[in-house]
Amino acid sequence: MPVLEVHKMSHNFGGLRAVNGYHLEIDAGQIRGLIGPNGAGKTTIFNLISGIYAPMEGEVLLNGQKVNGLPSHRIASMGISRTFQNLLLWRHMTVLEHVKMAHYSRIRYGLVGAFFGTRKRRREEEEIEGRALELLDMMGIRHLANQVVLNLPYGAQRRVEMARALATEPKVLLLDEPTAGMNPEELVQIMEIIRRAHREFGLAILLIEHRLKVVMELCERIQTLNFGEVIAEGTPEEIQNDPKVIDAYLGKESVI
Amino acid sequence: MASTTTFRTFRAGWSRVPLIGWFFGALLAVTLERLVGNPLALAVGLPKIPALFGLDIMLKKPLLIPNAVLYVLLIYGLPMGIATRASIAPANRLATGLFRLPIVVTTVVYIGFLYAILHVWAEVNDYRALVLKLTLIAIMFTLSLNVINGYMGEFSCSHPGFMALGAYCASVFSLGLFVDNRFFGTALLPPALGPFLFPVALVLGGILAAAGALIVAVPSFRTRGDYLAIISLAFLFIVKSLIENLEYVRGPRGLSGQPDLASLPTVFLWTVACIWSINNFVRSTIGKALNAVRDNEMAASAMTVNTRRTKMVAFLFSAFWAGIAGGLFAHVLRYVNPGTFGIQTLAEVLAMVYFGGLNSVYGSIVGAVSISLLGEALRPLEIFKWIIIPLLLILVMIYRPTGLIAFKDVDVTALFRPKTGPGDEV
Ligand SMILES: Nc1ncnc2c1ncn2[C@@H]1O[C@H](COP(=O)(O)OP(=O)(O)OP(=O)(O)O)[C@@H](O)[C@H]1O
Ligand SMILES: [Mg+2]
Repeated sequence: MPVLEVHKMSHNFGGLRAVNGYHLEIDAGQIRGLIGPNGAGKTTIFNLISGIYAPMEGEVLLNGQKVNGLPSHRIASMGISRTFQNLLLWRHMTVLEHVKMAHYSRIRYGLVGAFFGTRKRRREEEEIEGRALELLDMMGIRHLANQVVLNLPYGAQRRVEMARALATEPKVLLLDEPTAGMNPEELVQIMEIIRRAHREFGLAILLIEHRLKVVMELCERIQTLNFGEVIAEGTPEEIQNDPKVIDAYLGKESVI
Repeated sequence: MASTTTFRTFRAGWSRVPLIGWFFGALLAVTLERLVGNPLALAVGLPKIPALFGLDIMLKKPLLIPNAVLYVLLIYGLPMGIATRASIAPANRLATGLFRLPIVVTTVVYIGFLYAILHVWAEVNDYRALVLKLTLIAIMFTLSLNVINGYMGEFSCSHPGFMALGAYCASVFSLGLFVDNRFFGTALLPPALGPFLFPVALVLGGILAAAGALIVAVPSFRTRGDYLAIISLAFLFIVKSLIENLEYVRGPRGLSGQPDLASLPTVFLWTVACIWSINNFVRSTIGKALNAVRDNEMAASAMTVNTRRTKMVAFLFSAFWAGIAGGLFAHVLRYVNPGTFGIQTLAEVLAMVYFGGLNSVYGSIVGAVSISLLGEALRPLEIFKWIIIPLLLILVMIYRPTGLIAFKDVDVTALFRPKTGPGDEV
């Protein structure tokens, strides 16, 4: 059974049909790509799946369970995590605090622990911190643990976002242009990190990406979106040779 | 050359004084004042011991400023300086010993020590005791506002309203139960029970304030920023006019004659409890969720943070402590009227929060203490006080927009650590 299913999902913004009849089935351990020109509706699809907006039509099923309509923090704690295209970090918090925060839904000490600093709280906070540090190790940013994110270079901020997304212990990870604004060297590193996360956690990953080189290399199957609709779906080779894709997408942008 | 190096070693010496060393010095100074303060004051040409380090007479009798400075140097500066410097080694040994004890015991010892200093200092005259109590209450009030305005980044104008709810609830409780009076008839319980049931009165006040906070917390789910600030301001006016028109609590005339239950140790202990629980809260991951909601709410909820719960907890918790502060305030002054909880109180507490520092426990303490002392110093200027304090606020906002000590919570282990040498951890 697919871990994430989306059926006939549609959404309007005023008169604009931003997403129309979107369909997706993704199994655990698969990496899928989502490409399309600017304004095609890719980010909106992520926002709908992760519950930032409730889709107007259609269904989102996580392990067969309906999640559309739930508040986004519930969907996140059930196992759909994401990163943001334009880096939504908490500017006054440290790297370690970011990753600890993503454990929020698993905290059991409650308000009593928060107000009175019980032993249970101390134990749990230590546990969370341990796991957060492991993730920072994996991302290669442990040495930045106590830095405020505002001062970090762009590549490091991207890694913080990735670590934070993984800390929710997701089953499905939605990555919205994780390589945006990176130089070739950083690009290779972030691709390695995506592969590692995929290998170690057995995640299903849905990847939005502008650089075709990255999608072609990472993804087993790719969907192409234009004006909110999937116009082509298939393996990287099929997509590369599909005339509709070339027309909508490849024709307009230089292939990197 | 030689003189600069000696100066540097002299200065470096202070950094080796552990907290307990400072406490010793302070205790010595206040004890000395108790013993020889009066004759010394006369000797340096002051009519009596300057109550607030000379700040209180600064404007009334400016000619006496040099005398007051001399007095402060002789009674506080010199003895403290000498005692702390001379006792660095034994103080560090003691600090090391205390540091090995369970943290609870260590904390209790330090707090007891601090109380002893304040107690001896405040015993000199009633004015001092009153200012000290009001300052402690201001600390609680400032800290509670900082939870919303600093940690959560909303702009709450409703806090004087929460304080009023706490003040009136606790007053009705204690006046009704322990005092024969015109408003509520004869006492229902023997007044001797008062001190034991006073915490109940305060907590009820805190709970009422928290219940009132629902009116601001629920809209905060949908609205933020300016709109929420206006809602909270509306709440303040609602509470104020409600009390003004409630004949049961004597409307604008206010309630008076509250039993004398807010002694210095009581106020001190409640302040400690307030600082302790708020500091605990903001250092926990649940409390850090306030910062996440402030800095980016969408990212917070995508990272599993329940933002509604976070806002609700922040408002109720913060209002609870504002309510406790209100109950204590009513019993320190033994009089409340609705006029106390208006725009001016709001301006004052905002000044304390923003001057001291946002998102900061230390900042709230520093802000509350300095603005309280400044307020006392400027008292002779009456209404001009309300030009100088806002002016100060404007300057702070221009030169240090986040306040004096922003982003600093209390870490007790760092605070109590002995200072035996650089990098010399125990
Ligand atoms: N909250 C919103 N309100 C109104 N319109 C929106 C909103 N979010 C997105 N849109 C519109 O929906 C369309 C799809 O936007 P979306 O951000 O999903 O595109 P995208 O494929 O992610 O593009 P890009 O490659 O530039 O990130 C755009 O026309 C956009 O203007
Ligand atoms: Mg996008």
